[in-house]
Amino acid sequence: MLANTALAAMWVGLTCYALFGGADFGAGLWDLLAGGSERGRPPRRLIEHSIGPVWETNHVWLIFVVVMLWTGFSPVFAAVMSTLYIPLTLTALGIIARGAAFAFRKVSTEVWQQRLFGGFFALSSVVTPYFLGSVAGAVASGRVPPGLAKGNLVTGWLNPTSALGGVLAVLTCAFLAAVYLSGDAARTGEDDLAVYFRHRALVTGVVTGVVALAGIAVLHADAPQLFHGLTHRALPLVVVSAVLGVVSLALLMRARLTSVRVTAATAVAAVLWSWGVAQYPAMLPPSVTVRDSASQSSVLGASLAALAAGALLLVPSLLWLYSLFQRRPAPATGDGERGA
Amino acid sequence: MQPIASGPRALAATVVHQGDLDAARAQMGFSLAWHIVLACLGVGLPLLTLIVEWRGVRTGDPSYRLLARRWARAMGVLFAVGAVSGTILSFEMGLLWPGLMGTYGQVIGLPFAMEGIAFFIEAIFLGIYLYAWDRLSPRTHLLTGVPIVVAGVASAFFVVCANAWMNQPRGFTLRDGKVVHVDPWAAMFNPATPPQTTHMILAALMVAAFLTSSVYAVALLRGRRDRYHRLGFTVPLVLGAIVTPVQLFVGDWAARFIAHYQPVKLAAMEGVYRTGDHVPLTIAGIAGPRGLRYGLRIPDGLSLLVGYSPNTVIKGLEEVPPDQRPPVTGVHLAFDLMVACGLFLLAVSVWLLVLGLLRRRRGGPWLEGESRPLRAFLALGVLTGPAAVVALECGWTVTEEGRQPWIVWGLLRVHDAVNVAPGLMAGLWLVVVVYALMTVATVYVLRRLTRDRPVPLAPQEHDVREYPVV
Repeated sequence: MLANTALAAMWVGLTCYALFGGADFGAGLWDLLAGGSERGRPPRRLIEHSIGPVWETNHVWLIFVVVMLWTGFSPVFAAVMSTLYIPLTLTALGIIARGAAFAFRKVSTEVWQQRLFGGFFALSSVVTPYFLGSVAGAVASGRVPPGLAKGNLVTGWLNPTSALGGVLAVLTCAFLAAVYLSGDAARTGEDDLAVYFRHRALVTGVVTGVVALAGIAVLHADAPQLFHGLTHRALPLVVVSAVLGVVSLALLMRARLTSVRVTAATAVAAVLWSWGVAQYPAMLPPSVTVRDSASQSSVLGASLAALAAGALLLVPSLLWLYSLFQRRPAPATGDGERGA
Repeated sequence: MQPIASGPRALAATVVHQGDLDAARAQMGFSLAWHIVLACLGVGLPLLTLIVEWRGVRTGDPSYRLLARRWARAMGVLFAVGAVSGTILSFEMGLLWPGLMGTYGQVIGLPFAMEGIAFFIEAIFLGIYLYAWDRLSPRTHLLTGVPIVVAGVASAFFVVCANAWMNQPRGFTLRDGKVVHVDPWAAMFNPATPPQTTHMILAALMVAAFLTSSVYAVALLRGRRDRYHRLGFTVPLVLGAIVTPVQLFVGDWAARFIAHYQPVKLAAMEGVYRTGDHVPLTIAGIAGPRGLRYGLRIPDGLSLLVGYSPNTVIKGLEEVPPDQRPPVTGVHLAFDLMVACGLFLLAVSVWLLVLGLLRRRRGGPWLEGESRPLRAFLALGVLTGPAAVVALECGWTVTEEGRQPWIVWGLLRVHDAVNVAPGLMAGLWLVVVVYALMTVATVYVLRRLTRDRPVPLAPQEHDVREYPVV
């Protein structure tokens, strides 16, 4: 019971990382594709403005997931980290390049510096979710055996299911980001940008749907156990995801930019949860289950209690953070550097 | 003395390439050494920024307000880099040391979970603090900085709790190499926790305070003696001067703790080979086969320091077999260097106190003129920042190197915890290159921040229209 609660808490954290951190990654992709300095200025400015106050908070979800995994399911953490250390090292480097470059670009004034740091930020925003997605694919297709570095270090993450996971991760990030950004642009009255990102959301939405459909064939051939789970136990979630994906496209066509945020986010969350439900109770398919790998109840109980206490502080703070920057600001007080 | 048994081999049964073990240690060592400076700034800089912002709100003094703005900007850059380099460490715990995490991950998970929450709070309020200057009243804005400081100190506490556990493993029973009966609270609050966490938090405040003041000491020496620069030098230096004497006592407490709980580590720190009383204190020196050579010996010094009596018995390295002894020269020199830097910082702090008292008695200008003592004082002020960082790094070397060959004191060897996958050396080089690039970029960006032209780090709403993002 405690183990399942810990797993659920971890999965909620993973969902939040996918929905919030994922959108930040996707914004990096759109930054990459925004074009030359002149043409790309308006979308880049919007991206910078939208993710500036929140990206660090969004990033912490990843730390939360990592810590929950090692606390709640230590042997699984050890097995995944040791077998998949190549994509995970690259993920770590991508995270460092992305965060640092984003902060550096904000304080750069010259074009070449902004280009350089912007390039690092944008490129690492694309490769990092790819590697994370391929790690998910590796676990889901049963390529991580228990023990230390017992799986294949190369084919563990270079295989059809991992490739599918990586591509889907990049696409869903791009889709979410385009949806959020079009809403942000509309809110600040930049209608051209709203249209710009709405078109991109439509295109990535369609492409994501096509890749997900094609992915069914890939999973059938490469990860039959996962395929079976997705077409049986997790089928309702798969259907929900597909339906909400179509609904999101329809809402985007009609420029309903607030409601599409909800449907798009739920569609992506449903993909993640369908993976979890399809695989449950296996942590490392086919053999290691939740029960096999869970920490002792004293540990799980203490960690969950700490989380519950922390949530009392965290939830209102998070709500304040997100709502503060969705409102229009009060008139400037002039306490800035210009006034000083 | 702690029983040092040849512990269970944990999960790692495969033979490890020695080269890869060294690569893993090197990678962990320098990513930690890199991050720890940022982590200290993350604890201390928000406090300094809040102090000057508070003074600015109270007095309306524009110099304080400008300082608050500038430090907040530096804080934003440093926090971003610190956050990502800290994330790398949590990955590396698994990438490099799966043998530790697979067995003991659940034992030390609790403080890390709490650290995660504290870090969350920090990130949330940092986002608010940096970006909402013009959305909140000055007083409310000031208050949003308080959770950053509290959560920063709490993060440091939780993380060091986990490290303290590696020095004093508690809160579980081992049965056939498997961990049973875990008591995560006993693991977290082990005997090493109080001295180690206190020592670290004070060190963090010292590093942030002295590094900040040394930046302004350079400017003062170059003749920029306006109120802005004088305050930028004085405010952090006063904080450092308050903390340093306290640190001296805490450091003594920490050393006394080690003498009692980790005598082999103390023996390596002080270069003591044979158990006995009337043990001299040896300053500097290089480890030879029978003792430290070329060092300065103070008769009975160590016995007096540890037990206030020359008859105090100090255990030597001979208490354990040679393969369980930490490397003496490195640990000993690092310890001496840390103490030397600490004493230097104490001397500067005392000088600051004397200067302050003289000025109060005589009145007169503060940090003005070109007198030789003042220039000497400022020159030493420039050195305080690097000295604090050297002390910090040396302190960590003593803690980590002095625990060798154990990753978990007396239970699990580093050798048995490392990832058995090949190719860690390649990963090391990749990581070295990335960190080198990041170091260059960070220093470059921070230097630019000190330039005069205002650049919004966190563009507020009214900046966005004209703010040039290419």
